[in-house]
Amino acid sequence: MEDLPALWLTLRLAALVTLILLVLGTPLAYWLSRSRARIRPAIEALTAMPLVLPPTVLGFYLLLLFSPSAPLGRFWLSLTGGTLTFSFAGLVLASVLYSLPFTVQPLQAAFGQQGRAFGETAASLGAAPLDAFLTVTAPLAARGYLTAAVLTFAHTLGEFGVVLMVGGNIPGQTRLVSIAIYERVESFDYATAHRLSAILVVLAFAILLALYTLNGRRDAGRA
Amino acid sequence: MSTLDLDIRLARAGFTLAIRRSLPLAGLTAIIGPSGAGKTTLLRAIAGFERVEGRIRFGDEIWAEGRRFVPPHRRRVAMVFQRPSLFTHLDVAGNLAYAARRAGETAALPAMAARFGLTALLSRPVAALSGGEAQRVALARALLTRPRLLLLDEPLTALDRQSRDEVLPHLEMLRDAAGLPTLYVSHVPAEVARLATHVMTLAGGAIAGFGPVADLLPEASELLGTERGSVIAARVAGATADGLTELAFAGGTILTAEPTGLPPGGELRLFVRARDVVLARTRPERLSALNILAAEVRSLSPSGAHSAEAVLDCGGAVLRAELTQRSVAALALAPGVRCHAVVKSVALLRG
Repeated sequence: MEDLPALWLTLRLAALVTLILLVLGTPLAYWLSRSRARIRPAIEALTAMPLVLPPTVLGFYLLLLFSPSAPLGRFWLSLTGGTLTFSFAGLVLASVLYSLPFTVQPLQAAFGQQGRAFGETAASLGAAPLDAFLTVTAPLAARGYLTAAVLTFAHTLGEFGVVLMVGGNIPGQTRLVSIAIYERVESFDYATAHRLSAILVVLAFAILLALYTLNGRRDAGRA
Repeated sequence: MSTLDLDIRLARAGFTLAIRRSLPLAGLTAIIGPSGAGKTTLLRAIAGFERVEGRIRFGDEIWAEGRRFVPPHRRRVAMVFQRPSLFTHLDVAGNLAYAARRAGETAALPAMAARFGLTALLSRPVAALSGGEAQRVALARALLTRPRLLLLDEPLTALDRQSRDEVLPHLEMLRDAAGLPTLYVSHVPAEVARLATHVMTLAGGAIAGFGPVADLLPEASELLGTERGSVIAARVAGATADGLTELAFAGGTILTAEPTGLPPGGELRLFVRARDVVLARTRPERLSALNILAAEVRSLSPSGAHSAEAVLDCGGAVLRAELTQRSVAALALAPGVRCHAVVKSVALLRG
């Protein structure tokens, strides 16, 4: 199937973005769940912006930001010799921003729900802050991590507007499944569009089914 | 003896904690007071979970002063809360090892587990523990950090009566054996009377009183909404031919029919309700009450519209009696007057 590279690229992008966001989203989510700073609501609102903005708006601004005439784009060009626009790196960066709330919100909820007691207990038992976080706070938020990972992965899998704006449609580099489907429909190749769409439907369902099954089992285990 | 010197201020919405006091680092000090008095906040400040203005000094170490701040994990202060906060992703052994490893006390783990009756529970998931078991794990885990100060925040409150009876002896053992200074927030007078060596009363974020438990318990009991009375230290002196127990205390001997469960020489405390003490100017005879003690009135104060409280010196022990103001006048009671205290009943507080 000629669209296999698009599918493979999509999976690679989703996995990479999920990994990056779990690492970067953790301190942000933890800070949001604990901070009493006055700036917190503003940061929280910024984090949630991708949920409400039309993807094309986000994509448009990222396109401007990534262009070699903008500081970020220029910096990237001088660093790597390639442009951020219409490249896989640009896709990753755009997707990280676009999927941010899908990582941060479940993690923030998990940390918030856990409260301070466990972290403080770990500290009173002699654990330094990072030690306490890695050995107590994070493991006890395992369920939040699972939800965050699954939602981020699934959401990145299906994005269209942002990646079309900043990535375009370069086979093997920026041509993702959602874009491939769009293109197939545009050229009236409904049979291929069907196959690709069906793969995404099944994949999305399988991922969510796995999430809810695991969560359900944890609930039963706890009761 | 080294001390914990507190000179702290901490402002929260609608509440300021302001404490200036040196606490001896010995025995068990009960901290009591109405809710919102700042009891928990004080413990959290000592543990390092609340930033305070002023100074906290532990012995010759400064824990907080100006920009200087020793973080909680370096203070070696163990804290056990109302809820045991066991780590649910670890089993019992894992919880104990968590503390032991960080204190380099791994070798002490089996003995500590045995001491708290946890040996058979080591491989249990913590979700499968009863309330009393969980709190025992929390105590053992706290002790495995080799703490220099133990902070207990109502550790028995969330437990049912049976679990409480299961945990209490361990707290007594801690107080007596470990030589580990302990601050204990409680609102149960029986716990305070049984466990505490000192009492600190807090109200509105400030210290209202501090002293040995025998001096402060009456005040404390009132604060806690229970009856006034006195705590008396005694020891088992022997048994009478008809099976009563003789308890010796500073002011003489008290007889009780209640079994103490202690061998001769065993120490215990008694709680005597002020209402259960009757005063007489001459030694009453042919009286059904068993205990008549010689005493001297130290002070008198009105305790109600018609009632008064007499504080008596009974060979060095303090005994409180509640009587009517009419009786005070009829008996011509005044400080320095010698009298006889008839004690109708005593409650044994073991430990």
